Amino acid sequence: MCELLKILQEMHPEVDYATHQALVDEKVLDSFDIITLVAEINDRMDIAIPAEELIPENFNSYASLLALVEKLEEEQ
Amino acid sequence: MKNVLEYLEHTVTHSAGKPAFIDGDGDVNFGQLYHKSRAIGTYLCSHGMRKQPIVVFMKKSTAMITAFLGVAYGGNFYVPLDAEMPAFRIQLILKTTAPPLIICDETTQELISLWGLDIETQLYTDLCQHHVSDEDLACVRLHTTDIDPLYVVFTSGSTGTPKGVVASHQSVIDYIENLSPVLKAGPDTVFGMQSPLYLDACLKEIFPTLKYGATTYIIPPSLFMFPVKLIEYLNMHGINTICWVASALGLVAGLGALEKAVPHTLRTIAFTSEVLPAKHFNKWRELVPDARFVHFYGPTEATGVATFYVADRFFDDGEAIPIGQPFSNTDIVLLDDNNATPAANQPGEICIRGACLSLGYYKDPIKTQAVFVQNPLSCFPDTIYKTGDIGYRDDNGVLYFISRRDHQIKHMGYRIELAEIEYIAARHQSIELACAVFDQDKSRIVLYYTTRSLVDMADIKAYLKATLPRYMMPYAIFALDTLPLTPGGKFDRVGLLNKYKEGR
Repeated sequence: MCELLKILQEMHPEVDYATHQALVDEKVLDSFDIITLVAEINDRMDIAIPAEELIPENFNSYASLLALVEKLEEEQ
Repeated sequence: MKNVLEYLEHTVTHSAGKPAFIDGDGDVNFGQLYHKSRAIGTYLCSHGMRKQPIVVFMKKSTAMITAFLGVAYGGNFYVPLDAEMPAFRIQLILKTTAPPLIICDETTQELISLWGLDIETQLYTDLCQHHVSDEDLACVRLHTTDIDPLYVVFTSGSTGTPKGVVASHQSVIDYIENLSPVLKAGPDTVFGMQSPLYLDACLKEIFPTLKYGATTYIIPPSLFMFPVKLIEYLNMHGINTICWVASALGLVAGLGALEKAVPHTLRTIAFTSEVLPAKHFNKWRELVPDARFVHFYGPTEATGVATFYVADRFFDDGEAIPIGQPFSNTDIVLLDDNNATPAANQPGEICIRGACLSLGYYKDPIKTQAVFVQNPLSCFPDTIYKTGDIGYRDDNGVLYFISRRDHQIKHMGYRIELAEIEYIAARHQSIELACAVFDQDKSRIVLYYTTRSLVDMADIKAYLKATLPRYMMPYAIFALDTLPLTPGGKFDRVGLLNKYKEGR
């Protein structure tokens, strides 16, 4: 699952994803990033994030995004 | 009618208590809007500022709109800047405009003091406390004509410096009078505004709201990341009219949000600024069948948008949605390479004439004269604006957009000169040459560059992030030993784009 971390690090190399808990609330990730993330996760990991999962809670930390991706991977 | 403020002055007589603009922090009604903007106007004219550029540098809010009107009351023109623009760009614009005053909120005032600029700043909240002088404001109005400027908005410039488009009261009035019937705007219209306040795109909501006593919700920008929440927001507030950039509608449809939540209060859905793929349009039309869909087209230089097409059918995959016909009192002239009118279905440059034309570029007569030119088809003085867009008319006279004649692109609704990105990149001390290309299919800007000294790619990225507006930031950057050239000695953009699409 390090591919996800790689995608995030390519977007913002300066962010410490291990500890950051408010990526959306503190505007680290903006709308361009979210669109890129969804597209990259789709292209590189072959996982489609459905619209109802596009909520701030799922994107605020690496851990929550990882949990989402793992859940979707099992389902899809 | 000769001044846009007459819209507000008429509406306040019958709807003073009705909310005009609403943002995340609250609302401002027409009575408050009238009082506060007149207080700001009195401050400006009683401090000797008349027919001057007044910068409004604030967070996107109802207060920022109030400040625009205040600037107009004082007989000046507003220059909107956004709190999230990069400092480098803001300082370039301030240098070009040389305003006597910047109207700020607390956050932006702090930024300006950090930059150590020698320009007077005033807090918006302080200016609203100023007393109102009916006499001073009447005097200003007496000496204002409808060809006086209302605003200057800055758009991407191919030489690296943003261009300021100056629009008059007349062109805005002409726009609003002819746009409103197309939108079917009225007193019960509830707009959901997506566009930033530093572009002319926001005129579509602001001035019909003042004209009819309608209401505009300023949608929190963060909602566009979370489309189901966005639709819930539209439904919760009973929003019935939206005019969004096509990429925002495309995003909502493309992420599958319409299958999860239907925006059932929408009556008019307008989209503009770039091509909306037929598959996304069809999904909207299928899932929101009761709404009317309108496609708008037009450059900032012709004030807002200039043409419309009521899209009342489904489109085949890959089929282009027309840009339709010009608004009433606007004329579209197509010119081929010989300055003649092309036959039906033959391409020509889209040129615009009418009262909608802006006054030109601020302090830049050379660039102005290059594109605001005499209509070669007329034997009398007749100015047209050459858009640089190529289009055609079909057998029924319906207009279609084909492409650009230069390297201007539309990305997420923003108009961008690739040359501006290249210029900024090449300012970095280690970059020798830079060429930006745009992958239309994936909507991504990619930058290729050569270096003159050893430099870490992360440094280049950090530099670009600090100097370019967010929407101009390349998605990916690549260092090359040399940039490929065409036989004519220009950057081989097609070659670079293919290189990117094939994976470097």
